[in-house]
Amino acid sequence: MAVSIRMEVNGQQMSGETEPRMLLVHYLREKLMLTGAHVACESSMCGACTVLVDGKAVKSCTMFAVQADGSKVTTVEGLKQNGAYHPVQEGFWEEHGLQCGFCTPGMILAAVDLLQNNPNPSDEEIKHGLEGNLCRCTGYQHIVNAVRSAAKKMQR
Amino acid sequence: MIATPNKVGQPIKRKEDPRFITGKGRFTDDIKLPGMLHMAVLRSDRAHARIRKIDTRKAEAIPGVVKVLIGKDIVGAIPPLPCAAKNAEGNHWLAGVPMNVPDYTALATDKVGFVGHNIAVVVANDPYTAQDALDAIKVDFEDLPVVMDPVKAAQPGSPVIHEQFGNNLVFNVPGGPSPEAIAATEEALKNAQHRAHIEIDNQRLIPMAMEPRAAVADWDVGRENLTVYTSTQIPHWVRTFLGLMLGIAEHRIRVVAPDVGGGFGSKLNVYPEEYLVVHCSRLLGRPVKWTNRRREEFTNTIHGRGQVQHIDIGFNSDGTWTAMKAKLYLDLGAYMMALTPGIATFTVVMMTGCYKPKAYCFEQVGVFTNKMATDAYRGAGRPEATFIAEKVMDTIAATLKMDPTEVRRKNYLTEFPATPPTGLVYDSGDYNKAMDKAKQVVGYDALRREQQQARAQGRLMGIGVCSYVELCGVGPSFLAPPGVGFWESCTVRVEPTGLVTVLTGISPHGQGEETTFAQIVSDQLGVPMENVRVVHSDTDAVPYGNGTYGSRGIAMGGQAMMMSIDKVKDKAKQLGAHMLDAQKESMTFDRGDIYVTSNPQRKVTLGQVAMAAYDFSWKGPGTAPPGVEPGLEATSRFEPSNLTFPFGTHICVVDVDKETGEVAIKRYVAVDDCGTIINPLIVDGQVHGGIAQGLAQSLYEDAVYDADGQLVTGELLEYAVPKSSMVPHYETHHTVTPSPVNSLGAKGIGEAGTIGSTAAIFNAVMDALAPLGIKHIDMPLKPEKVWRAIQKAKSA
Ligand code: FES
Ligand code: FES
Repeated sequence: MAVSIRMEVNGQQMSGETEPRMLLVHYLREKLMLTGAHVACESSMCGACTVLVDGKAVKSCTMFAVQADGSKVTTVEGLKQNGAYHPVQEGFWEEHGLQCGFCTPGMILAAVDLLQNNPNPSDEEIKHGLEGNLCRCTGYQHIVNAVRSAAKKMQR
Repeated sequence: MIATPNKVGQPIKRKEDPRFITGKGRFTDDIKLPGMLHMAVLRSDRAHARIRKIDTRKAEAIPGVVKVLIGKDIVGAIPPLPCAAKNAEGNHWLAGVPMNVPDYTALATDKVGFVGHNIAVVVANDPYTAQDALDAIKVDFEDLPVVMDPVKAAQPGSPVIHEQFGNNLVFNVPGGPSPEAIAATEEALKNAQHRAHIEIDNQRLIPMAMEPRAAVADWDVGRENLTVYTSTQIPHWVRTFLGLMLGIAEHRIRVVAPDVGGGFGSKLNVYPEEYLVVHCSRLLGRPVKWTNRRREEFTNTIHGRGQVQHIDIGFNSDGTWTAMKAKLYLDLGAYMMALTPGIATFTVVMMTGCYKPKAYCFEQVGVFTNKMATDAYRGAGRPEATFIAEKVMDTIAATLKMDPTEVRRKNYLTEFPATPPTGLVYDSGDYNKAMDKAKQVVGYDALRREQQQARAQGRLMGIGVCSYVELCGVGPSFLAPPGVGFWESCTVRVEPTGLVTVLTGISPHGQGEETTFAQIVSDQLGVPMENVRVVHSDTDAVPYGNGTYGSRGIAMGGQAMMMSIDKVKDKAKQLGAHMLDAQKESMTFDRGDIYVTSNPQRKVTLGQVAMAAYDFSWKGPGTAPPGVEPGLEATSRFEPSNLTFPFGTHICVVDVDKETGEVAIKRYVAVDDCGTIINPLIVDGQVHGGIAQGLAQSLYEDAVYDADGQLVTGELLEYAVPKSSMVPHYETHHTVTPSPVNSLGAKGIGEAGTIGSTAAIFNAVMDALAPLGIKHIDMPLKPEKVWRAIQKAKSA
């Protein structure tokens, strides 16, 4: 029994049909073809599926698509503005904050959220702020560097 | 004449990153094909049971379910999975001893041997329906006794997993490397001034690549061609095995590893699901996708480590290590994946480490248990080896009250190429140099003084040292299991427009060779990096190659590329000479300029030569360079003369909280020598990630099965993959000792961090606990375990 929902995704109005039990991450990936949010655990443990819902980082595997009805959703695909990378994206690129790239979209959005709340975090605060996002490749140090570098850029 | 500075050696940001930071990477699960169906797999929730009956009727009746298959449906269509470690004579391919390998079918038929064992597949219109159908399948089991402990399982009288073999032994190497070695070791042990016995449980680990395994199979009914997208480290091996196993002509199969979200050895197998998804696509004439869920990934993707090690050593009062006798019980699981029985071979050949005990012998006992198979996980046998050697060093130091760094120095191999007693030849090294640097960076002597003060105040501060040597650049082909090689391939093509395409047989999945290879090409051929495209992981596009594992990307794939670059340069000189009416021998190739050596003004560029090589009209009939084919490309295959042997010293400083048993890492210094460094940013990234995985083994991770064979740590909630807040700041440094095995001088760095850190952190904690008289706690050193040991020591 499909229900119709509307949301603003990356600045665009989108409406579509979904099964009530469909997770937001699957809706984004399967219906809207936004495959930047990844599924790695479906149990809110890894953060690979992180997106911004109404400006806040949310693990989109913990939410049904219908719960996001009427919300504003930002996925990693929506971060680049007017052809320019978001400072967090730049930070990840410049500081080698990724290897396989699978955790990266979720990590970047978690970092965007972190910097919204704490524009000048210490390394320890970055580490704690990103605790909900697992990365198996980098050992996190370059991710911390990436977020620190993004914070600097955003203050300029 | 240097026009541009060298790219090699620079911390250049990666060419692969723009797609990932914008969410435009393409992983297997991102692929959608028209008419695609979804496959899901029913996994056993029993560790050991006979299957009495499977009822699929309810599942089949669910709308949207297209097909349900159980074991008997694939008999004849998908043969039992091959264990590559078994040679044509039925023996272990490296140890030469007979092996018991049970049939491992893609779907269980009469019984299941571990939790997670495949029982049935459902193919449905969408993944949700496929999951519903799994829930509707009823399996009637008859439970059998469960065998969990590898040491007990190896004893007579244990319940037997595979009745046909009469016991639980996969194989047994009772006396390696030779009877003479055993006699000499016994003698040396007898004559040693000191002896010690060490028991280590090197626990099972779960690789946990962030991207779960996945595959999409697309059978093209009209052409009878097959395309498979799969999350793998070895696309060509997947192609060969799909062809052999399923009776599909290999040249009709295209295997693509799209972006792959980490591997660490866990995607170095052709898994049952890859055969099943192809079978279903062929059966139904439609594309079929399957994606593992994390819960499944825990139980049915290979595990790592799992060795119980009993070690006897002899040493003299001056700290000289003289003898080692090792007995390894290998917890191999219920069925053998490709290299399951072979991983410990890398342990027995590396367990004397950087040192030179004269006498050495070993026994390997490969044991069936009701668990998922173990296989290659980051380091594959070498972390287990290094752990032994470094435990030995600290045991000697503690017994003789010597400084652990001095005991290591006393025993280092110092002449290279070095010949440890294991029979290998270490290519190059300078272990003292790495040790000097590590001690200097960390401020070793001052730390020891600080430790004395801490101890005087009753604080538990520890300093842990690990010197490792490992084995990389895998490797000469005689080491490879039957049916595959360990050489590597590469085509380098200069296109008519002067752009360069590199087609490599390695299959990177995070290691960054799209960048490092472009750096090398840029320096060698004088083209900007953005003009170099590195193509990999598509069997229709690249020459047959052997994939990425064993830290072989640069040392093997890079060297194959260097050989092709040299051929391209040579041809460019020949064509350039023809264009300038000169002789090839009188030409110089320097970064894209091809000129007459005696008169550099007489020159052409690589771009001009490339255009001429394809245009090939020259000045009319009969004016083409004689004996030269059109085009400007070369293909090479590199078969190395030896492995490479990276090495280093890691030093870790910890505080252990007496009240809680918690370990806090205060400093972590890594000095690694991977030979020539192409991109220091990428090398550091590899070291960081490696250290985090070693740290995970020493402090947090453990694949725990309960007595019934249930994987207790079967979710991320229980299996403690380190989070960002759980890792220290890594101080990474290097020495550079080029390898003579390849012209780049590269050794490999993918696994070094893991190999060095596991023992360094463990030794640091043991050093902290030494004043309490605690000698050993099995990993992982979780607070609870450490706390218990402290309590026990106090009450003793
Ligand atoms: S997939 Fe959502 S948190 Fe892991
Ligand atoms: S970059 Fe691979 S998991 Fe983070």
